[in-house]
This record gives sequence, C-alpha cells and structure tokens, in this order.
Amino acid sequence: MERSEIKGFIAKRVAKELHDGDVVNLGIGLPTLVPQFLPDDVHVVLQSENGIVGTATVDDWTHSPLHIVDAGGSPSAVDAGGAFIDSATSFAMIRGGHVDATILGGLEVDAEGSLSNWIIPGKKMPGMGGAMDLLVGAKNVIVAMEHTAKGTPKILRKCKLPYTAVKCVDKIITEMAVIEVTENGLLLTEYNPEFSVEQIQAATEAELAISPDLKPMCEG
Amino acid sequence: MPTLVSLEEAAALIHDGMTVMVGGFMGCGTPHDLIDVLADSDVKDLTIICNDASMPGGPMRENHYGVAKLVHNHQVKRFITTHVGLNPEVAKQSMEENTLEVILVPQGSLAEMIRAGGAGLGGVLTPTGVGTIVEDSPLCLGKQTIHGKDYLLMDAIRADIAIIAGSVVDPKGNIWYRGATSNFNPLMATAADTVIVEAEEIVYLGYIRPEDVRTQSIYIDYVVRGGKKRGTV
Repeated sequence: MERSEIKGFIAKRVAKELHDGDVVNLGIGLPTLVPQFLPDDVHVVLQSENGIVGTATVDDWTHSPLHIVDAGGSPSAVDAGGAFIDSATSFAMIRGGHVDATILGGLEVDAEGSLSNWIIPGKKMPGMGGAMDLLVGAKNVIVAMEHTAKGTPKILRKCKLPYTAVKCVDKIITEMAVIEVTENGLLLTEYNPEFSVEQIQAATEAELAISPDLKPMCEG
Repeated sequence: MPTLVSLEEAAALIHDGMTVMVGGFMGCGTPHDLIDVLADSDVKDLTIICNDASMPGGPMRENHYGVAKLVHNHQVKRFITTHVGLNPEVAKQSMEENTLEVILVPQGSLAEMIRAGGAGLGGVLTPTGVGTIVEDSPLCLGKQTIHGKDYLLMDAIRADIAIIAGSVVDPKGNIWYRGATSNFNPLMATAADTVIVEAEEIVYLGYIRPEDVRTQSIYIDYVVRGGKKRGTV
C-alpha cells in the first residue's frame, strides 16, 4: 500500500463501525476523514467537545465568522437541527454515556485496551484535551492509527508512555488489521490481504489471538 | 448593575500575581481586545486558567492569537489548562527555560471544577483520569470508590478575575453567546471574585429575551466594549 493511501484506507474501514443515528466524537487528524466514507443511508450526529452537537464541515475561515470552530480549533459549522452548548454540558454528554462512539489516534495501545496518546515525558506534552473524558465516557472506543511508528510496534503488551485511560479501547483499526480488545487480550478479526497473519503479528508486540471468523478487510 | 469601563480601565484591575480565568477555545470566544491591552501592559506572574494555550498565528493572520500573546510575552508563570500542543512557546518556556509551570487537567474535569468553584461545591468526583498521572496532579485531592467504581476527587477552582467574551450583552450584564463561543465563558462567569465581560455588541435592556439569557447579569461586575479588532461588530 502506498503511504498516501494508508489514512484513507483506515478511515474507510472505521466508517463501517458507525450506525445510522449514532452520536460520534472524532479526534483530530485521521478520524476526521471518516464521515466522507459513510454510506448514504448512515447519518451520524457529530459532537465536538468544544460545544457543538451536529457539527458540519467547512473548508476555510471565510465560511466561519470566527464564532464556530471545531475541537481542533479549525473553522466549522453546525447542521440544521444542531445545537451549541457550553463546555460543562458538552462533557456531561460525553461522560454521561450519551456519545455512542469516539474515534481517536494513539501513540501506544496495549493488550488490556489501555491507550497512551497525550504526552511523551520530557519531550512533548501537548495535553489530553478532551481525550481522557471521551475514553472513559463513550460507549464504543475505536483507535484508528497506523499499525507501527515507522516499523516500531505501537500495539504493545503494556503501554510504556503515560496512559490517557486504562482498559477503555474496544477496537483497533490500522492499515494491516482490525483487532478487538477482549478480556483475554487482543483478537485479530480482520486482516489486510496485502499482509500475512505472520507479518501482522511481527508488527505487533502484543500477542494476537486469531478469530475463528477471521476475514479480509474492506472488500469493495 | 455592572460598570461600563474602557479596555484600559478593565485591564488595570488585573495585577501582578493574580489568578485569571480566560474564556475561549482555541481563541473562539476569547476576549481578544482585553488580552491585547494586557499584552501591552507590564502585568506579570499571572496564573492563567484557560482551556488551551491557543496558537502562534490567528485566523486573520494575527501574530499570536488569544492567550498565546500573554505566554509569548512571559507574563504567565503558571498555566492551568487542558491542551498546549498547538503553541510551541509553552513547551519552550516550561521544558527548556523552566519559567512556566503547566498543570494539565482533562477538559471535562476542568469545566466541572470551574463549575464547582462557582456553585459552592467542594470538588468534583469524576471517573476521568483514574489510573493515569492525573492522580498525581496538585489539583487531584484523592481517589474514592463509590458503588464499586473508582473516581478522582478533583479540586474546585476559583480565580481572582475572570475575563470572558460575550457576543450580545445588555446594560445589566446579561449575555447571549453566538455560535460555539460560549464554551468555558458561562462557567468562568460564576467562579471568580471579579468578572469582566468583553462585549462584541452592547444592546438595549430587553433586547435579549429572559429565556435566551445564557449568563445572568448578577455574575457580571464590569462590561467593556470590544469585538472591534475581530471585525465582528
């Protein structure tokens, strides 16, 4: 797979996880590509933690008179039937279990479903923003990321970086595989046919159990 | 009834070493004109409580946007916030120069901690941050298990002064917020000893219908006319 195709490929597969009517919060970067791959009969309500229920997209600042940004600070808009809320209301929504799915990237994910994505001590400390609340509160937590960091495994037995949240991830979707987090560890449920199961395991530090229903990713 | 003051008079209420809440999310809903005046003043050693550190360049090609101006000017000594990743100056001052203390708090916790500070509550019990280094934060007062589930007890937060942005403000200080500009503003309005609202538009009494008031007049001490630099009036 060409490098330029990876993000779109992952986003396309993630889109299959969403259902019509779901309330969805998207992280910055790759997750924002997901809505364009939703089928016409699947409409989701995008929640932006800075205070939008029913987030629409715009291309540039000329569409947004500085009054509407998304959670990444980029110009944004609201769908008909949407609403603006304050930060306490927004996070009550998130922690209170009213968000069906959150999709976010990760630096490390481990076999227990713990995620690290907000700080590299001594090097980078961007901050957790709303991620810790989303991981704890959303009903379905999907990590969408490249399988490795330039060949170095990101799916580990145990995260080495400080956690964003522990035992919170439901599913990991990469350009190589779809992996479910179960009580017994990680379960490989889908594979990209460009890679063998052995190659996927070799790119993954944590041990992968193979689902009896293992199937190829994203056909069609 | 709040006092209508100039930007300069409002900025003069903020002194060295004060704790200041600043509304806004990546500069959206931030009192930009007040920050410009503060950035031109000599006030220093501030503790800033704000969702984020904003960013070096603004959407209208501003040089440093929102609170990023105060950080750039080394006027901030302590920053209680949720995200600083888009403002590299913060990392420089906190990790290389050691002149800025940054306390990172989960965004939902920060919102609720400020709400608690304004609502007379002693703190907030939240599942967010359990098992993470947030447990070691000076703002985390401990861990409790309730009905079998773990929660962190996060401190309530108050400030000496809150500076917030209001889209439409009436002479009594009632506020209506346009678009996504409310974010932390209505919460901060309740949690500081002195509250200054920078009004994008000041309207006659009765213009904002009582059922549309989002921040109630009783919280507001000072109103300043702003919004001009944003080109939004």
